[in-house]
Amino acid sequence: MLNVALPPAPANPATGGGPDRNSPKLAVRNLNFYYGKFHAIKNINVEIRPNTVTAFIGPSGCGKSTLLRVFNRIYDMYPGQRAEGEVLLDGENILDPQSFLKLRSKVGMVFQKPTPFPMSIYENIAFGIRLYEKLSRSEMDDRVRQALIGAGLWHEVEGKLNQSALRLSGGQQQRLCIARALAIKPEILLLDEPCSALDPISTAKIEELMYLSKENCTLIIVTHNMQQAARASEFTAFMLNGELIEISETTQMFTKPSDKRTEDYITGRFG
Amino acid sequence: MSWVVTRRRIVDAISKVFMGLAAVVGVFFLFWIMWTTLKFGITGMHWTLFTQDTPPPGTDGFGLRNAFVGSLILLGLSLLIGVPVGLMAGTWLAEYGFHSRTANTVRFINDIMLSAPSIEIGLFAYAIMVSPMGHFSALAGSLALAVLMIPIIVRTTDEMLGLVGNDVREAAIALGAPNSVVITQVTWRAARAGIITGILIGLARITGETAPLLFTALNNQYFTTNVFSPMANIPMVIFQFALSPYTNWQQMAWAAAFITVLFVLVLSILARWLAGRVQVQK
Amino acid sequence: MSSLDTAARIEKGSAPANPKSSGKPWRLSGDSLFHTAARLAAFLVVATLFATVIAIALDSWLSIKTFGVWNFLKSSEWNPVTSTFGAFPFIIGTLVSSAIAMLLAVPISFGTALFISEIAPYWMRRPIAGAVELLAAIPSIVYGLWGLVVFAPVFGQIEPWISNTFGVIPGVGVLFQGPPMGIGMLTAGVILAIMILPYISSVMRDVFMAVPWSLRESAYAMGCTTWEVAWHIMLPYTRTAVIGGMFLGLGRALGETMAVTFVIGNSNVLSSSLLMPGATIPSVLANEFTEATSRLYLSSLIYLGLILIAVTLVVRFLAVLLVRRLANREGASS
Repeated sequence: MLNVALPPAPANPATGGGPDRNSPKLAVRNLNFYYGKFHAIKNINVEIRPNTVTAFIGPSGCGKSTLLRVFNRIYDMYPGQRAEGEVLLDGENILDPQSFLKLRSKVGMVFQKPTPFPMSIYENIAFGIRLYEKLSRSEMDDRVRQALIGAGLWHEVEGKLNQSALRLSGGQQQRLCIARALAIKPEILLLDEPCSALDPISTAKIEELMYLSKENCTLIIVTHNMQQAARASEFTAFMLNGELIEISETTQMFTKPSDKRTEDYITGRFG
Repeated sequence: MSWVVTRRRIVDAISKVFMGLAAVVGVFFLFWIMWTTLKFGITGMHWTLFTQDTPPPGTDGFGLRNAFVGSLILLGLSLLIGVPVGLMAGTWLAEYGFHSRTANTVRFINDIMLSAPSIEIGLFAYAIMVSPMGHFSALAGSLALAVLMIPIIVRTTDEMLGLVGNDVREAAIALGAPNSVVITQVTWRAARAGIITGILIGLARITGETAPLLFTALNNQYFTTNVFSPMANIPMVIFQFALSPYTNWQQMAWAAAFITVLFVLVLSILARWLAGRVQVQK
Repeated sequence: MSSLDTAARIEKGSAPANPKSSGKPWRLSGDSLFHTAARLAAFLVVATLFATVIAIALDSWLSIKTFGVWNFLKSSEWNPVTSTFGAFPFIIGTLVSSAIAMLLAVPISFGTALFISEIAPYWMRRPIAGAVELLAAIPSIVYGLWGLVVFAPVFGQIEPWISNTFGVIPGVGVLFQGPPMGIGMLTAGVILAIMILPYISSVMRDVFMAVPWSLRESAYAMGCTTWEVAWHIMLPYTRTAVIGGMFLGLGRALGETMAVTFVIGNSNVLSSSLLMPGATIPSVLANEFTEATSRLYLSSLIYLGLILIAVTLVVRFLAVLLVRRLANREGASS
C-alpha cells in the first residue's frame, strides 16, 4: 500500500476551506473501480490538500479520468460502473448512499469538451446558481457578473449576455463552463483535460483562472500535458494501469521522481 | 438553500412518476387493442373464412375468400407499381441527384407525400381513374395504395444507398463498370437489407389502409379477379361489416381485423429486425 | 498486336476487348436508359403531388363556382336535400379533434421518450420503445373498430365524471356538457392521441438519445436532477427536431379518417360540447362519398378534401417557418 505524506500547507488565515488546514480536503482510501468486469482503478490511496491544485498525469487509459469521475459520482449515470472503498470529503464518505444534489454542489466538474448549455450566456451562469439559491433579479445579476469577472470573461461578453452561449469561441466557452461551475461556490473543482481542445492562448487564460480560483476552492486537474501539470499544479500524481505510482510536490516530481516508471514517463520513454 | 433543493427534488420525483406513467400509457393501449382483437378475432376463426365468399346480408354464411384474394391482388398490384417507381426514384436521388437543388426539392416533395393524408390520395385516384372510367376498380385502388407506398420506398432507398461507402462504388467504377451496372450489381446489393426494409414498411402501411379504397376499389360481394371492376378487400369488409346489425358480419369483421393486425405486426417486426441488421453491418 | 496499334484503335474509340472501357454502344444506351428511368421515377414523385392537388381542385370546381370560397368556409349548413353545403362544422371538427389529440399526445410522448432515454433500466428500453412504435403499425380501421366496440362504452362510463368535474368550471364548462354517450369529439381526440403517440415519441426519443453525453454529464455534474436536464438542457438542445416531430403527429391527426369516422358520431351539426358527436373533413368524406347522388354533392365533398390539403399544407409551412426561425436565432446551435 502506498501512503503518501504531504508536507504541511503554509498557514493562510485569509482563505476558507476545511476546518484544519493540515487535514486533507479529500482522502481516498483503498479505492477500486470497475467498468463491468474491467478493473479500472486498483486500490488507490491518496490525499488532496485544501486550496491547492493537484494534477493527475499518466498515459491514456491509466484511470486518471475515471478517478476524477468518482469524486463527484458522475459515473453513477451509467449502469455497470461501480466504486468500492472510501472517498472522504471532509471526513464524510461520498460513496455512501446519498443525494447527488448536495455532493455535486460541493464538487463541481469541467469537461474536456466545452459544454455550454443551449441558452444565453447569462442563463448559463444563472442556471447553476438557481439550482441551489433563490436570488432576486439584482442579486442574480450581480452574481453572474462576479462569476464572469472571476473567469476573466466579463469584458469579452459584456453587452451580449443575452446571446446564445454557443456563439462564443471554444476558449470562451470553456471559461464560461468554469465560471458556471465556480458560481455555485463548490469546495472542489474537478477539471478533466480542460484545455485539450484549446489553443495556447486560451490555455494560458484557463491556467491563470485556476491559479486564482485556488483561494476559495480545491482544484484537481487531469491532464496528459506534462508541461501543464508542471506549470499549473503544486502537487502531481502519476498513474499507470489503474494504479497510483507516486504523488509528490510538482517541482520534486519533475526534477527527481522517486519511481523509475515515473521517470520513464516524464522523460518520454513511453506513453 | 435547502428549500430550493427540496422543491427541486419534489419536482424531479413527480416528473419521474409522470415519465413512468407516460411510458405505461402507450404499452397499455397496445396490449388493450391487441387483446381485444385477439379475443374477438379468435372466435371468428373458421376454415370457411378461406373457402366461402362474403355472405349476402341477413344470411348465415361465414367466409372472406373473395376479400382475402382481393386484398392480395390489390397489394400485389401496388407492389408492382410502387416498388419500381420508388426504387428508381430513390436511386436517382442517391446516385444521380446527390445534394443538388433539384434533388433536395424532390426530397422535400417526397416528404410532403409521405405525410399526405391517405384520403387525399384516394380522391386523387378517384379523379384520375374512377371518374374518367365511370366505375370503381381494383386498379384504381392499387394505384392509390402504390402512391401511398412510393414515398416510403423512395426515402429508405435514398437513405440506405447513402450509407453505402463511396469506396465500394469507386472500386466498381475503377473496374470500368458503367453507372447502371455499378448501381444494380454493387450498390443495390450492398444496401439490399435496407431497401427491403423500406418495402416491408411500405407494405405494412398500405395493408390496413381503408380510406383510399372507399373511393377506388370499393367492395364487391362476389369473387372476382377482374382488376377493372370493384373488388372485395379486407379493410372495406371490416368497415362495412363492423357497422352492420348482423352478428355473423360483426364476427367476420373481427376475424378480418385479427388477421390484418397479425400480418402487419409480422411485417413490422420483420422490418425492424432487418433494419437492426443494417445497423450492425454498418 | 503492337502497342502502337492498340493506341491507335483506342484513339478511334473502338477498342473492343478492353475491359476498362465502357465503350460498347449497347452498354452505353443501357446506362442512359437506366438513368432516364431513374429520372422519370423521380419526376413522377414530384408530378404526383401536383397532379393530386390539380385533380382535386378540378373536381371541386363545380362546388367552388356554386358556393365560392369564403361562403363555403363559413357556412354551417350541410344539407344534401336542399343542395346547400358549407364546410365550417367540419373544419372546426378537424381542428378541434386534432387539438385534443395534440394536447394529450405531446406531454405523453415527451414523458415516454424521457422514460426510455433517461430513467428506464437498460433491459427495458428496447421493449418499451418497440411496443410504443408498434402502435403505429396497427391499421387505423382496427383503431376504429376497437374504439367503437370496446373503448367508447368504457369511455362512456368516465364521461359523467368528466362532465361533473370540468363541466362546472366557468368558461370551460360549456365544453363538457351533454349526455354521456361514449362517442363524440373527445373520444375521437383521445383515439387520435393514441395513434399519433408513436410518431411524436419516436422522434423525441431519437433526438434525446442523440444529445451528447458530455452535455448531459456536465449538467448532472452541477447537480441537476433528471427533470432539469430534460427540461432545461435536452429540450432546448433538440427543439427544432422536437417541433418537427410534433408537426408530423399533427399532420397524421388532421388527415386520419377511419378511426375518427367510427367514434366521432358523425353529426353535421356543430356542438359546443366536446362530449357531443361531431364530424371532421375526412370522416364526412368517408361517410357520405358513396352516397353522394348529385354532382354538386360529390363536388362539395371533394371541395372539403381540397380544404384539408390546404390546411395540411399551411400546417407544414408553419412548421418549416418555425423551425427555420428557431434555427436562425440559435445561430451555431444544432
